[in-house]
Amino acid sequence: MEGFIHQVISGIATGGIYASVALALVMIYQATHHVNFAQGEMATFSTYITLTFINAGLSYWLAFGLAFIVSFAIGVLIERILMRPMQNAPVLSSVGIFVGLLLIVNSLSGWFFDYTIKQFPTPFPGKPMWGGYVSGHELGSTGVTLVVLIGVYLFFRHTRLGLAMRAAAFNPVSSRLVGVRVGWMLALGWGLAAAIGSVAGCMVAPIVFLDPNMMSGILLYAFAGALLGGIDSPLGAVLGGFAVGVIENLGGAYVVGTELKLTLALVIIVTVLTIKPSGLMGRVVHSRV
Amino acid sequence: MPALLEAKGLHAAYGETKVLHGLDFVVQEGGVTTLLGANGAGKTTTLRAICGMLRVQGEITFAGKSLVGMATEDIVRLGIAHVPDGRGTFMELTVEENMKLGAYTRNDRGVAGDFERMFGYFPRLKERFRQQAGTLSGGEQQMLAIARALLLRPKLLLLDEPSVGLAPLIVREIFDIMRRIRAEENVSMLLVEQNTSMALAFADYAYLLETGRIVVSGPAADIGKDESIRRSYLGY
Repeated sequence: MEGFIHQVISGIATGGIYASVALALVMIYQATHHVNFAQGEMATFSTYITLTFINAGLSYWLAFGLAFIVSFAIGVLIERILMRPMQNAPVLSSVGIFVGLLLIVNSLSGWFFDYTIKQFPTPFPGKPMWGGYVSGHELGSTGVTLVVLIGVYLFFRHTRLGLAMRAAAFNPVSSRLVGVRVGWMLALGWGLAAAIGSVAGCMVAPIVFLDPNMMSGILLYAFAGALLGGIDSPLGAVLGGFAVGVIENLGGAYVVGTELKLTLALVIIVTVLTIKPSGLMGRVVHSRV
Repeated sequence: MPALLEAKGLHAAYGETKVLHGLDFVVQEGGVTTLLGANGAGKTTTLRAICGMLRVQGEITFAGKSLVGMATEDIVRLGIAHVPDGRGTFMELTVEENMKLGAYTRNDRGVAGDFERMFGYFPRLKERFRQQAGTLSGGEQQMLAIARALLLRPKLLLLDEPSVGLAPLIVREIFDIMRRIRAEENVSMLLVEQNTSMALAFADYAYLLETGRIVVSGPAADIGKDESIRRSYLGY
């Protein structure tokens, strides 16, 4: 029983990471109707940036904050430079860009920071807490993830800019007609997604260690989470991310074993797409003509 | 009355298909001008051309400023609000959020007061304030579209077929409200309609479009009275 509780708790902790990446995927999906396959590699790159700042002597949280800002800028630049010219291109061209971006960012990580596996520090105490059920890092990273998720929620719900970004994603034509600069809203969306990815990368790196392929598996779990919750529902994606974390941990511990854990992500993806393609919370828009 | 908007030799095309063939027209300040014509005459295209939603040749000036080549977002900021074809509702957002977006470009403190004024014209928007806009009826969505446009505090309101797809009773209700708006708001209007009798009764000046050309123009009252124009172009 203790083992079970431990698995659930650490599932929630990794689920938070998946939830963050799933949210980043959904944000870009809502605006462009494409899944950014490079989201994970971008997050890995951001994690390397954080490590570089830490190695340069900055404190953890300062490095974390700076990397957040730099990642945001990188996201904005990618949208402006790479995605902007593709806005009227066929789907396959965009997919090509995403795959190319994945390979480029992955190689850049290896080229700049080399391919050896690196340790990544955690700012949280290492000792187990709550009677040994949860490690300090698990608790801390879940807290950070929740802060980010709630922050993003409040931003989209209660600020004018957040409303404009949602409007631009749903209805670009009408958004322009009320004066929303739709192109910039997309760029901000990319920036925000990249910044969220940087947080996810920093939170997961102490557990899985840092190498250029760190996020490739995580992206699959996150994608499974996003699909499970509903690829067009930010809240669904977040809950789906947490759910996948728990499913993955329990399945790995009791069903398929850790070696085959990643298959669970694929099982979830296929199951959702076959049984309920809109996901558990995918929004069905009621409209009258 | 001075001209608020003036188009000269306006050409527009969708890809290879030319839609407008050199339109000249004027919207007077403080008045209502209407563009009439059958399906495919180029009415909606004309409004889109004004808003920079497609590439045009020719000249469009608004309050002395050329609009050609400007981005839609910047044209809107000059004070041109567009109630688009199909109403342009943000279906996934609430009525409140739709209205807030109408005032998106504004930074003054009058927005809350303007919301109340809109509820005065359209009480149903107040009842449905927290509801998802996609669940509104067609008439309610049209009201929302007009409120959203007015919340910009525009100098010029472009209305693209506010009567389309609505029951005659609702059409009359909306035109009655538009009469109040015309009397109470400081806004000029350019109205595109297929419901010619309603439009001619509402407007000061009318232009008749046929396949991208203006064929007749004149004071709305005269055009409504001219039997030969009515027979040959308006079909009633």
